[in-house]
Amino acid sequence: MRWLLLKDLQILRRSPLQAVLLIAWPLLIAVLVGFAISRDPEKPRIAFLNEVPADTRINVGNSGAQLPATGVSDRICARVECVAVEDRAEAVDKVESGDVLAALILPADLVNKINSLSTLTPGVPRVEILVNQEDPVKAQLVDERISSLLAQANLAIARRIASEGGRYLDLLIDGGQFRVAGIAVQILGLRATAQILTALEPALPRGALRNSLREVTDFATQARDNLDVAGPLLSRVAQPIAVKKEVVSGSSPPLEIFAIAVSATLTLAFVTVLLVAGSLALEREENAFSRLTRGLVSPFALLGEKVLLGMSVGFAVTLLMLAGMQLFVPLDWGRFGLWLLAILASSAALAAAGAALGALAREVRAVSLLAFMVTLPIAFLSLIPSGAVGGAVYGVVEVLTAVFPFKPALRAITAALDSAGAGIGGPLLHLAILIAAYGLLARLALRRFATV
Amino acid sequence: MVDAGELVAIIGPNGAGKTTLLSILAGIAAADGGSVELGGGAVGWVPQQAALYRRLTVEENLLLFARLEKHEDPRRSAEEMLELCGLGERRGEIVARLSGGNQQRINIAIGLLSRPAVLLLDEPSVGLDPRQRARLWEFVSGLAGGGTTVIFSTHDIQEAERYGQRLLVLADGEALFDGSAAALREVVRSEAPEAADRDFETAFVAYLQHRGH
Repeated sequence: MRWLLLKDLQILRRSPLQAVLLIAWPLLIAVLVGFAISRDPEKPRIAFLNEVPADTRINVGNSGAQLPATGVSDRICARVECVAVEDRAEAVDKVESGDVLAALILPADLVNKINSLSTLTPGVPRVEILVNQEDPVKAQLVDERISSLLAQANLAIARRIASEGGRYLDLLIDGGQFRVAGIAVQILGLRATAQILTALEPALPRGALRNSLREVTDFATQARDNLDVAGPLLSRVAQPIAVKKEVVSGSSPPLEIFAIAVSATLTLAFVTVLLVAGSLALEREENAFSRLTRGLVSPFALLGEKVLLGMSVGFAVTLLMLAGMQLFVPLDWGRFGLWLLAILASSAALAAAGAALGALAREVRAVSLLAFMVTLPIAFLSLIPSGAVGGAVYGVVEVLTAVFPFKPALRAITAALDSAGAGIGGPLLHLAILIAAYGLLARLALRRFATV
Repeated sequence: MVDAGELVAIIGPNGAGKTTLLSILAGIAAADGGSVELGGGAVGWVPQQAALYRRLTVEENLLLFARLEKHEDPRRSAEEMLELCGLGERRGEIVARLSGGNQQRINIAIGLLSRPAVLLLDEPSVGLDPRQRARLWEFVSGLAGGGTTVIFSTHDIQEAERYGQRLLVLADGEALFDGSAAALREVVRSEAPEAADRDFETAFVAYLQHRGH
């Protein structure tokens, strides 16, 4: 078997393109994924026109509390790449030309409209967004970013308004000073009112007047008690629903670990399946199969050699990729033993599947096409999360992805990389079953190989 | 019954069963009936299309199969075969870059690595030019001269007449004739005299036609 393995490696070495691809592919994937997961996502490029005068401040109620309008620009431009424009026409031009994805215009009267919210004649503050819907993905990105920005702005203002409302309630209940047009006005407050009225009551003669005074005292007490309850309610108006997240099923690995696992599995799958399938088909294409199996090598030994070839090259390539990833994301090399186990089991199952494909297709070109046609869709299907499609469709997806080694390989490699993740036992057992099943299928398919 | 050192040519029209017979003799295909008995020694098989690795060098191919044959000294065996097929100076060349004739010589050399008492050649000269064919038959005749029994199939009737000491004519899986080229011509003389003195291919076609093939 070792001489056949040596022969296959010699043949591999003789094809410079293939050899370079085997090394370049994992490194390219490592660099791309490494950059993708180690850098912040690109900010959408947005034209920004702020027509609000620079010294304008957002007044919250009559207490004199203010929000600086200029800080809004800074906050927006921290989330998107702002391209300053002089006027609306320039903003429209930039959106139409595709120079920017959208334009955000804060009109001059925006702050006045916000300030009017605390008056008896509140206006409706509006901002203007011009979007280019040419690219639906980018359009969705812009929509999400701007909606998020506006939600944050609305929340900040609502909190301040709720806070000011709370101050008014406190003033009404407990009394204190209140300034109107620069003049301080002393407010008595319901608590003090009730106390004064209660103190006055004995001084009045029994009768209708005293009864009326008691009713007023009771009203002041009830009003104070009820408004005490209203205070906390008002503070919750700005953000009435709080989120408490609790994981009851499954353990999701960190995104960067999952991305590395997907890249590693994809690399392993393509390299192993294509190499083994192609190498086995080559035995027939070179007419060597009949000569080999005429007493020199048993079909099982030949299959074993191909699986070993796939495992060796797949392991080396995947390890190379993970080492490349280390430049971008720190990996837990203390779990190397588990990596080894996961990669070897995965590559063995993928190699067995490759051997079955190679034995079924028999010609190198046909087998390469078949390997791509099987591996690529299965890889995509394996990444569909539950709930993303209907129950029946997901059931079919689960069956399809369970009969090909990609998904269990992904689960095994993810478990090996993620120390807080799920156990590796289940995926390894799944892979072991697939190794046996595909090995048997490949052996049966090899019978066709022998036909002259 | 085939004697040691004998050169037997299997000829017949397409679909006669030439390759099938050789495959049965090689042990690759099972026979529907009858049996094959070997006097001793190995059977070397050389398929019609060169069964070797075109991306390996001449020497790497020979060394690989010598190792798979479990030779005690594979390098020495490879050297012997390089000398035998006359490609010693081209040992380092990738097989794919060699001519069809040279590839066929390596193909036969690999078949000889098992040191066979009987060598089976399935249409060994297909695709070779006349000069390459001449070299090939010189090589094969040398093997037979050394005591190796050679059984080959061919579509080239003149080649069968020239190099086959004995001819086996097959048609539709049936053995029609077993004997020398001269004996076949004598049969034709009695059945189709007008073809008997013409070239051997014409005589052979007349022989088949007389039997409804």
